[in-house]
Amino acid sequence: MTARIALPDAEALVRDLGRQIAPSVQPTTALIGIHTGGVWIAERLHRELGLDLALGTLDVSFYRDDFEQRGLRSQVRPSTIPFEVDGRDLILIDDVLYTGRTIRAAMNELFDYGRPASIRLAALIDRGGRELPIAAQFVGARIEVDANRNIELKRGEDGRLSLVLNEDTQAAGH
Amino acid sequence: MKILIHGGRVIDPASELDRVEDLCIADGKVVALGSRPEGFRPEREINAAGMVVCPGLVDLAARLREPGYEHMATLESEMHAAVAGGVTSLACLPDTDPPLDEPGLVEMLKHRARQLNQARVYPLGALTQGLRGERLTEMTELTEAGCIAFTQADAPLVDTAVLMSALQYASTFGYRVWLRAQDHFLGRNGVAHDGQIATRLGLPGIPVAAETIAISTIVQLMREADARVHLCRLSSAAGVAMVREARAHGLNLTCDIGIHHLHLCEMDIGYYDSNCHLTPPLRAQRDREALSAALLDGTIDAVCSDHTPVDEDAKQLPFAESDAGATGLELLLPLALKWGEQSGIPLARSLARITSEPARILGIDAGTLAVGQAADLCLFDPARYWRVDAASLKSMGKNTPFFRWELRGRVCFTLVDGQVVYEL
Amino acid sequence: MTANPQLNRSGELTHLLSIEGLPAPILWQILDTARSFVNVGEREVKKVPLLRGKSVFNLFFEASTRTRTTFEIAAKRLSADVINLNIATSSQNKGERLLDTVDNLAAMNADMFVVRHAQSGAAHFIANHVAPNIHVINAGDGRHEHPTQGLLDVFTIRHYKHDFSSLRVAIVGDVLHSRVARSQIHALSILGCPEIRAIGPSTLLPRDIGALGVHVYHDMHAGLKDVDVVTMLRLQNERMQGPLLPSPQEFFKNYGLTPEKLAVARPDAIVLHPGPMNRGIEIDSSVADGKQSVILPQVTFGIAVRMAVMSIVAGN
Repeated sequence: MTARIALPDAEALVRDLGRQIAPSVQPTTALIGIHTGGVWIAERLHRELGLDLALGTLDVSFYRDDFEQRGLRSQVRPSTIPFEVDGRDLILIDDVLYTGRTIRAAMNELFDYGRPASIRLAALIDRGGRELPIAAQFVGARIEVDANRNIELKRGEDGRLSLVLNEDTQAAGH
Repeated sequence: MKILIHGGRVIDPASELDRVEDLCIADGKVVALGSRPEGFRPEREINAAGMVVCPGLVDLAARLREPGYEHMATLESEMHAAVAGGVTSLACLPDTDPPLDEPGLVEMLKHRARQLNQARVYPLGALTQGLRGERLTEMTELTEAGCIAFTQADAPLVDTAVLMSALQYASTFGYRVWLRAQDHFLGRNGVAHDGQIATRLGLPGIPVAAETIAISTIVQLMREADARVHLCRLSSAAGVAMVREARAHGLNLTCDIGIHHLHLCEMDIGYYDSNCHLTPPLRAQRDREALSAALLDGTIDAVCSDHTPVDEDAKQLPFAESDAGATGLELLLPLALKWGEQSGIPLARSLARITSEPARILGIDAGTLAVGQAADLCLFDPARYWRVDAASLKSMGKNTPFFRWELRGRVCFTLVDGQVVYEL
Repeated sequence: MTANPQLNRSGELTHLLSIEGLPAPILWQILDTARSFVNVGEREVKKVPLLRGKSVFNLFFEASTRTRTTFEIAAKRLSADVINLNIATSSQNKGERLLDTVDNLAAMNADMFVVRHAQSGAAHFIANHVAPNIHVINAGDGRHEHPTQGLLDVFTIRHYKHDFSSLRVAIVGDVLHSRVARSQIHALSILGCPEIRAIGPSTLLPRDIGALGVHVYHDMHAGLKDVDVVTMLRLQNERMQGPLLPSPQEFFKNYGLTPEKLAVARPDAIVLHPGPMNRGIEIDSSVADGKQSVILPQVTFGIAVRMAVMSIVAGN
């Protein structure tokens, strides 16, 4: 058991992430949120950055590498990429960056839509523990968390985002 | 061989005897009930304490599968199954290959059965040659060879003119005719009761009308031919009602049902359990209840095993492609006891349906227990549970809807002609 | 017998044998997952890697190029290896052969069997026999069920009508011999459809169909009145003339779907048909090709639904 960690304010982190990303976006840059938390963040950033291009969303269930162990998740949402991927600069957005496996799956899925010019990664929280050579270009906060814990982004009824720390019931995660 | 059976509860359904008595056997006959005769020195004593001693069971329908279906069962295996089930007399059906339509085949069967020296076999002769429903068999010859009645088994007799003359011819000589009541056309493609289960599972159905139409035809022709008929394997409430009415009008009509139909209904098919693929089909719950009530009130005279051993290859198939039938010789007693207990009747009454009543239909001197009678006996432990499985069943057919069930009532000894032919 | 043979001990779908007996959440999961696969089908690369390295055997004891093809496409879009086996029932010896076939294929490390068979219960039979790591999908068994067809029907209905809770659905034609009808009826009931009607002559309606919760109509005008969905069933050639029906013409006169008959349904009613259609027998061409027809979208959705089913059972 770790001592209670004071989690940062998610709303402030989103604003900070927006400030980091702002200088490097063009009107043609595409934001792609990863379900579910990544999509919430992407929706905010998309609005705040005033991008022309519609927001993309990804549900990486069909590309996960733990299908053999866990089967298909019960709530699969459609991925929607409402723009041409070929030759485009993409920014992938996720809530918590951990092992890197979700991002691996997301990139594989994106390549089935086309060949992007570049992909960058924005994460609200980077909790370390990478199992793949993946790094985020934009990070809201870096937090060390025990492997048996799991950080989750929640959205209240008023739309406010917040972070919670749970006992992780399933070992692997993000 | 002199045998003393002591301490058993002796039940004779025919005379309503039911008390703990000693029983002495000598020269194949029951020589004393109660007190031991002067100078009776048994060579063997059987302690029957806790057991019921009753007449050996009489089964109205068992398929012994020879000749023609030896891969499913042999005379030897099924005769052994019979005595393991307490059955000492059985009627075997003619739907072998070739069918029992010639005296030579019947003599051969009788001969082989005698050699095995177990249960008594009473062949039913084919009513028509090859069971094809066209030409009559030589019923007199067949009777002399040992046939005790004539039947089509489950083979159709479509032509009512042939059926009428078969009844007339048989009644001329006093031969009995046993008939399955099922209209050929309504029943030919079906494999299950035409009700909600067949609808849900998408199985071709056999409507109750297939039975009632056939009963109606048989009843009309019986009147015309002044014949007596035994109806085999009734399945429906409507059929029972027709039999009841025909008997009220004085027709010489008897009938039986298969033991499975007393306990199971269409619901038991579950997810296509081919062990519940039976002929006639398991019908609705209310039909099952009507059969049970009719067996209680005597409208249905007897219950039989309708023993049909089927091998794995012929059962391990999609429901409609599987062979119909269930093994039954060894289940007849426990299932009859179960029915009697559920109906709240004395043991003697449930035993009557598998001993004295079927013997009356067969017209044989069996199914009773009295001094001077052949000592065909069944000794069973009514409280003993046993598990129905491949190891416990002596029959080569392991096909039963009751597979892996625990049933109560275990045969411990079977005697035929005063000799122990089976011992647990 | 009491355990539902389609579900594993955790209550998850491990075979798809019939719609009957499936819990509603599993149906919703299949429909939701299928929606994601519809999007996959619209991409440049129509494949996902879920079943990479898995072997799917299409075991067709009854010929059906169309159904086999849709399963084949679905499996290939999941990156599985697909092996098609058309085993004519006539060449099959009774007895061991069916199980021998199944055992042989299982020995080749099959992961999934897609089974089409002329006998009701054949898929249950095979599912009962195979090792627990092999999944069985029923692609139509006799006149029992065709669960993926039932699922694609309700997927299509949901796509156009969004909600089942106030729908009237009519199923027209040969319900007696139709596995499509049985699966659709069960799917609609489980998803909460309040009114399902079966329309046809008594010779083509099963006895006790009321036990399935269906209202029976013999007249098209009464039966189609105010319905939201019309499913036309295929009439098999061998049943068009004989003891069940006098002629295809008379069937069309009484039960063929024409613009006039369809006019009594709701104006926004949709028309489904499992295919292949008999134009001029169960359906008029102007209806089949008309704006209310969703027969072609059914085919597209059918692939997504089969992908959903395969990926869900393979993962459980």
